[in-house]
Amino acid sequence: MTVLETRELIIDIPERADGRPLSFRMEPGQTWGILGPNGAGKSTLLHTLGGLNQPRSGEVHIDGTSIQKLRRSTIAQQLGYVFQERQDGFPATVLETALIGRHPFLSPWQLEGGDDLAMAEKALDRLELRALENRPVSTLSGGERQRVALATALTQNPNIWLADEPTNHLDLRHQVAVMELLSEQAKAGSTVVMCLHDLNLAARWCDHLLLLYPNGEACWGESESMLQPGALENLYGQPLAKAEVDGAPVFVPSYK
Amino acid sequence: MTGAETLAQKRPVSVAVSPWRPFLPLVWLALFGVLALLLAVAVGSVAIPPAELWAVITGEGSSLHNTLVWELRAPRALAGFATGGLLAMAGALMQILLRNPLADPYVLGVSGGAAVGALAAMLAGTGAFLLSGSAFAGALLSTFLVFGLAHGTGSWTPARLLLTGVVVASGWGAVITLMLAVGPKDKLPGMLYWLMGDLTYAQTPWPALVLLVLVCLLVIPLGRSLNVLARGPLQAAALGVAVRPLEWTIYILASLLTALAVTTAGSIGFVGLVVPHMLRLVLGNDQRLILPACALGGGALLTLADTLARIVIAPEQLPVGVITALLGVPTFLVLLYRSR
Repeated sequence: MTVLETRELIIDIPERADGRPLSFRMEPGQTWGILGPNGAGKSTLLHTLGGLNQPRSGEVHIDGTSIQKLRRSTIAQQLGYVFQERQDGFPATVLETALIGRHPFLSPWQLEGGDDLAMAEKALDRLELRALENRPVSTLSGGERQRVALATALTQNPNIWLADEPTNHLDLRHQVAVMELLSEQAKAGSTVVMCLHDLNLAARWCDHLLLLYPNGEACWGESESMLQPGALENLYGQPLAKAEVDGAPVFVPSYK
Repeated sequence: MTGAETLAQKRPVSVAVSPWRPFLPLVWLALFGVLALLLAVAVGSVAIPPAELWAVITGEGSSLHNTLVWELRAPRALAGFATGGLLAMAGALMQILLRNPLADPYVLGVSGGAAVGALAAMLAGTGAFLLSGSAFAGALLSTFLVFGLAHGTGSWTPARLLLTGVVVASGWGAVITLMLAVGPKDKLPGMLYWLMGDLTYAQTPWPALVLLVLVCLLVIPLGRSLNVLARGPLQAAALGVAVRPLEWTIYILASLLTALAVTTAGSIGFVGLVVPHMLRLVLGNDQRLILPACALGGGALLTLADTLARIVIAPEQLPVGVITALLGVPTFLVLLYRSR
């Protein structure tokens, strides 16, 4: 149960005006989607929220403590990342990769024990990767690697999830499976924050949205109030058509 | 076989499997190292048969054998072992630091600096002790030069460090060529031998051995952090690794290891690049296993190579660097070819 809060936060994007300072509170049980066009600073914001990027000004707090006062290892026990970009410079198997999620919880001389292994295998099961566990990650497809990254975060089992495009490279069934996984985490008391390109996934799965504009302006709030076609058209600079499917709004580009 | 199954072996078929089981190869490598050392002290111009060797070890050998083993062969064998271990470990660390499988202990110009120091001492005609000191000073100078320049005013990235190192190394290369060109003819063979790596100048194995053991103890607890760092700095930071301090530590350690290795035995090529890769192909990529395995495997390999260097064209000696390359190139290529 961990609250992620920003106070007058301005993310540092080179050669961009400050825009609107961000002061929001992301609470356990909530699922936040960060929306915005390319280059609006979604990833930078996500990195700033976890202390991986320094803000231009303002502060990020985890449970009331400024993230700058916390050690990286302490932060990593609370907060987990799913990155968009991954480096697989050296060969490692799927299981080994999932197992590094236990790193923040082990002391330097400690070896991964049976419990750690069990957590990693459970995470691999959850992402349907168990059959691939001894395969080198470098031999996997993009979507499978994406699921390995999610399995690593699931093994870490953080209270705050920061996921950058978690559905990248995934087929439709796995997109839904991953959104279900993240929403389960929120229901179990985690705070889930993700950058999304797919408006419809955001509309279907996120209860809070933050719209980030290229000029640094931003607005945020509950999804129903944020999903206004006018605001979204403005956000992407693209006319949109709205429909309703299975009780959720669906947006598609309009070509008129 | 990529050998990446080390962790999989740990997976409980029965719960009784010890979590230390993946570290079993270290025992075999240690035995291999001891055998290499025994062979190194046993063979040479005067061969010592096993029974005699045992007598020497238990303190009952003849005085000729005692002198041969304890005063001549053992110090050189141990110096070779330590140098090989230092180089292989430095190589493994550099590969992680630069996240580049082509990195080796010399890639950042450390050996170039050491070589210029050593050759300058040879040209000045100083004794072996000053030669070592001069080589060590050259290595450290190069380290700080590269680090300072790579740091510069901008950001510090592996690519920038690598480029700075490679450029500084070619600068040293030019200075070395200049020294060889203008140096007196009678000093050329000694200078060339030094450049190819030669244990004849090895004074005492102790500084290198002590550093090897110390760094092993220091690096093993860092091993898991290094595993995480190998997945990239962002992922490492997200998993709680203080990336910048860790990178500095690796850089300083690897440079120190290289500096002492080069000081002990000249610039021996190939061990630092190939031993870590060979071990990775066989043992997987867990740094907690690979780093001590490099210390043992690199040590054993260089000890064997130096033994060969002493006996192949006896009574003449070959520079050991020739042997490491001649042995290492085919072995590595076969391993690489057979890996998935």
